[in-house]
Amino acid sequence: MAARITASIYSSHVPAIGVAIDQKKTAEPYWRPLFEGYEPSRRWMADNVPDAIVLVYNDHATSFSLDFIPTFAIGTAAVFPVADEGWGPRPIPPVVGHGEFASHIAQSLIQQDFDMTIVNRLAVDHGLTVPLSLMFGQPDAWPCPVVPIPVNVVQYPLPSGERCLALGKAIRKAVELFDEPLRVQVWGTGGMSHQLQGRRAGLINQEFDNAFLDKLIADPESLAATPHIEYIREAGSEGVELVMWLIARGAMADLAGGPAPTTRHRFYHVPASNTAVGHLILEETE
Amino acid sequence: MALDKPYLDVPGTTIFDAEQSRKGYWLNQFCMSLMSAENRDRFRSDERAYLDEWDMTEDQKQSVLDRDLNRMISLGGNIYFLAKIGATDGSSFQQMAGSMTGMSEDEYREMMISGGRSPDGNRYLHEWGE
Repeated sequence: MAARITASIYSSHVPAIGVAIDQKKTAEPYWRPLFEGYEPSRRWMADNVPDAIVLVYNDHATSFSLDFIPTFAIGTAAVFPVADEGWGPRPIPPVVGHGEFASHIAQSLIQQDFDMTIVNRLAVDHGLTVPLSLMFGQPDAWPCPVVPIPVNVVQYPLPSGERCLALGKAIRKAVELFDEPLRVQVWGTGGMSHQLQGRRAGLINQEFDNAFLDKLIADPESLAATPHIEYIREAGSEGVELVMWLIARGAMADLAGGPAPTTRHRFYHVPASNTAVGHLILEETE
Repeated sequence: MALDKPYLDVPGTTIFDAEQSRKGYWLNQFCMSLMSAENRDRFRSDERAYLDEWDMTEDQKQSVLDRDLNRMISLGGNIYFLAKIGATDGSSFQQMAGSMTGMSEDEYREMMISGGRSPDGNRYLHEWGE
């Protein structure tokens, strides 16, 4: 029996959320509504821990400086240490990889014409670890291995929405070619609307964000045609991270002729620090 | 034929493209060096001497000494790199972002709690009279 995708999960990855968890501030009035919004997800996850997570995120000038700027990369190491982003490393367990599965996916993706950069030394930052904390809390060890897929959304030009959706479709094919019965989740992280730079910093667009969530669920093919400039103008210069959600969405069965996914949870909250937080769980329909 | 850069008409926003990246290479690489505690200590003990170890322009060095994030960005800095300076200073991302807007820290925090900056009137340069 081959591996199969069971669900896709989408979440913002704001660093301040990690700080709130690590410093046990989640019950404070500022943070409580946000963490309550993830409680249904934690309950869902308790019954649906996968065998592996393909986790799409972006490195924030952590492992990739300006020396190397891969557009699409894949982490094939056994372990990914938690990075010191300048505030000291988060007090969380190291992220365990799945070298055999990751190498398989890398080979399949390249054979499908996605020229992945293969990375064997990768310290992971808040982009990857904050979603893990939101979904799993504070365990002594993460409950399953992770295959990191870092995407360049820092230096323009970035991969297009169409390219991201197509990468998701290729990930699905790669997973289904793996000859072990793994239950796999694909996570897309980043966003929602935010701008961290310049005199326009602090931009939030709730209308854009909620329309994005609607279209991501119901019409991802047309959503993928959204050009980067529309994200920048409407959702802030860092809101463009949302293209990464299209990679996870592209991996779902309906884009390969199967049934539409079931929405298990949807949540939206403003603000977390500078950012609008969005979250979705889409489960494959059996 | 020029390259397509449709993002040049968004007000108060600098898109970090290949041209900005080229200008800011050493500024950003200096920032990367602050990811080690030892380098953060060395920078804090003598900022000027530490900056002089890097092949940055004088304008770039001065903008770092002034903690002028808007200026650093205009000189090729990228916020995810520049954030290492804020981390070294013990500033949060919200304090850094707010410092670029001309608002006080409290004003900016209040704006975010109230739902953030509206996109209305903030989409095109001409809306800012620029």
